[in-house]
Amino acid sequence: MGFLDGVKDELSFLGGFKLTFEHLTRPRVTRQYPEEKKPKQPRQHGRHVLNRYEDGMEKCIGCELCAGVCPADCIYVRGLDNPPDHPVSPGERYGYVYEINYLRCIHCDLCVEACPTEAITESKLFEFSFTNRADAIYTKAELLVDDAGKPQKLPWEDWRDADELHTSGWMRATSPSGSAAYEGEVQWSAELGYGVRPPEGGQSGRRDDAATGTKALRDVLETHLLDEDIPLDHRGMRGRIWRGKLSAERHKKQLEAARQRHKEAKATRAADKTTTRGADKTSEDAVDEASTAPAGPEVDS
Amino acid sequence: MEGCVAPVTDDVFVEGTRHAPRVAETSEGAQEMAPRPETDDAELRREVGAVLRMAEGPVVNANDIDIERRDDETMIINMGPQHPSTHGVLRLMLELDGETVLRTKPVIGYLHTGMEKTAEELTYVQGATNVTRMDYLSPLTNELVFSMATEALLDVEVPPRAVWIRMLMSELQRVSSHLMWMATNGMDLGSTSMMIYGFREREMVLTFFEKTTGLRMNHNYIRPGGVAADLPDGWEDDVEVICETVLARSFEYDELLTGQPIFRQRTEGIGNLSAEEALALSATGPILRSTGVPWDLRRTMPYLAYDELDFDIIVGTYGDNFDRYSIRLNEIRESIKMIRQIAARMPPGDYRIQDRKVTPPPRARIDESMEALIHHFKIFTEGFKVPEGEVYVAIESPRGELGCYLVSDGSSKPYRMHIRGPSFVNLQTVPVLLRGGLIADAVAIISSVDPVMGEVDR
Repeated sequence: MGFLDGVKDELSFLGGFKLTFEHLTRPRVTRQYPEEKKPKQPRQHGRHVLNRYEDGMEKCIGCELCAGVCPADCIYVRGLDNPPDHPVSPGERYGYVYEINYLRCIHCDLCVEACPTEAITESKLFEFSFTNRADAIYTKAELLVDDAGKPQKLPWEDWRDADELHTSGWMRATSPSGSAAYEGEVQWSAELGYGVRPPEGGQSGRRDDAATGTKALRDVLETHLLDEDIPLDHRGMRGRIWRGKLSAERHKKQLEAARQRHKEAKATRAADKTTTRGADKTSEDAVDEASTAPAGPEVDS
Repeated sequence: MEGCVAPVTDDVFVEGTRHAPRVAETSEGAQEMAPRPETDDAELRREVGAVLRMAEGPVVNANDIDIERRDDETMIINMGPQHPSTHGVLRLMLELDGETVLRTKPVIGYLHTGMEKTAEELTYVQGATNVTRMDYLSPLTNELVFSMATEALLDVEVPPRAVWIRMLMSELQRVSSHLMWMATNGMDLGSTSMMIYGFREREMVLTFFEKTTGLRMNHNYIRPGGVAADLPDGWEDDVEVICETVLARSFEYDELLTGQPIFRQRTEGIGNLSAEEALALSATGPILRSTGVPWDLRRTMPYLAYDELDFDIIVGTYGDNFDRYSIRLNEIRESIKMIRQIAARMPPGDYRIQDRKVTPPPRARIDESMEALIHHFKIFTEGFKVPEGEVYVAIESPRGELGCYLVSDGSSKPYRMHIRGPSFVNLQTVPVLLRGGLIADAVAIISSVDPVMGEVDR
């Protein structure tokens, strides 16, 4: 017996191997990051947007409260009186200059909480990089939402589906300012393109995850869960088939998108060619053509 | 250098080799380790044991100080600041005799960012965005101690829901911080699987933080007056998922590490610390508890509502690496126990004090009331004024006693803020832990102290 116990002790390290080998049968936790991303929660802080009212007017009134509260000093605002004949914002003044320096911004979103007109809120985009410092300073032209109310998608930003859907989540989450009586109430104005956003339920009990975009941890981190918490269909062999189907679908979508891009690029290239050729005819190149005309082969045409 | 040498009061060490301490003029000034023959007894004794706040007798054995060893028998090895196992930019100067470590000098300051000075330039409203960056593995505890210090100066009482949300978040933070420690400690000891598993479980906590605060770290969530936002819809289920998953996985760690002969050989009896030494060096947190001292501020000086919770303080016996490992592993389980209690007893109501001089009004009030609009503007530009005075508040961070000493001159910005960082103080134990050990164990010992350099240098 003593001998067997000794053997057992000697082999106790096998438990560790058992655990690591067990992991071969578990769903893979790692995501293929740039292609596949974790779902984003509505409260997540990201690149800011400047909102507009439903009639297209800008919400910013140039009060500089965002610039005042910013702990990183990254916002620069200059207000100007609204021109009486074509006002930019419904108030007396509007944000004439609005700049955010993203090399300084820490995404604390105090500006979002401070803004009295919900003009500055945040999208869910955080993957944007620059090749020079000037690009890091976003001006009003880049921050302002477009005519459909959607944030502008700049070439160096990695926008994915639904990144722009749940903008201003943090503003809605903090708007009761700690008062339970104001939870679940709409305390903000409508936005161009989205209308009036629904509130989070909080303690009010009015909860609508589909509208607010709140996602349960069970769904976001399905592969992290214990085996018994993972839905039966997503476990074991069936799970592998399910995940395989998902990734095949994803790849198909990517392939189609790439094809589409390729097709578009081809079309624009062709269009460019024809326009430049057309331009050639009328611009100074025509003079060149004329001067070299006797030697050129296209003289007849 | 001369100023910081403890005066010799005991005659035992006087004979023979008293030299004036020499400051080597290098780019780093007095940080150089003086040549061994020129190190006087007092300084050597200081490096050997913890003699600053207790009688030398129980700590330092006179025979243990070996003045006779000559410079050409020892070698000074520089470890860090870019060494991957020093957990950030910690630099250690190790004096080696063969494979044995004799003296160690931790050199810090490579991550100094002047946060305490920056705090004087930011209002109390903005302050939480600054302090949260110190201990970057447990940002919420930094915010908590700053907020509690500010509230102590303001003399306001936080509503119960805010208190319990704060407790929930700091216990989750402790779980995530200890999981991160389990991961890096596993990696330092050669268990790459543990590294992956630790990060995997930590990801669950961080995802919940992301859902609640909008950010994965540096949240700016706990603020003077309460918390920024209520817990998100469906938080009960999320917290339960975290609890049951992390708890079940913690038993897998047992299987992977605790029982493993190789792991035990690398941790048991390595880096011993006695209770006297730990107390004399002001060590707190798992390091102090590993020596058998049941000192946990959640129990000994209860703050928030910790006195209403049922939990155990985990203590060790030997003060070695294995004790520190098992304390942290079991603290994860204790924290989960507490999180379940907190989730079950979370009170309803306001989660920020409704004092318009301290917190902004609800957004709906801005459009209705001129007064609310003025309060809103005042708080987001000037901040709120804090009465004159000074206060020291301490909480139990995952690393030990995290204290905030705040002086107000009556304006809306702190006159002075000082943080008592547990990592900084615990770093003092490193020379004691390393002495006499092998160079191969140095990595394991540094890891077991769990210093976060952001907090050490601030």
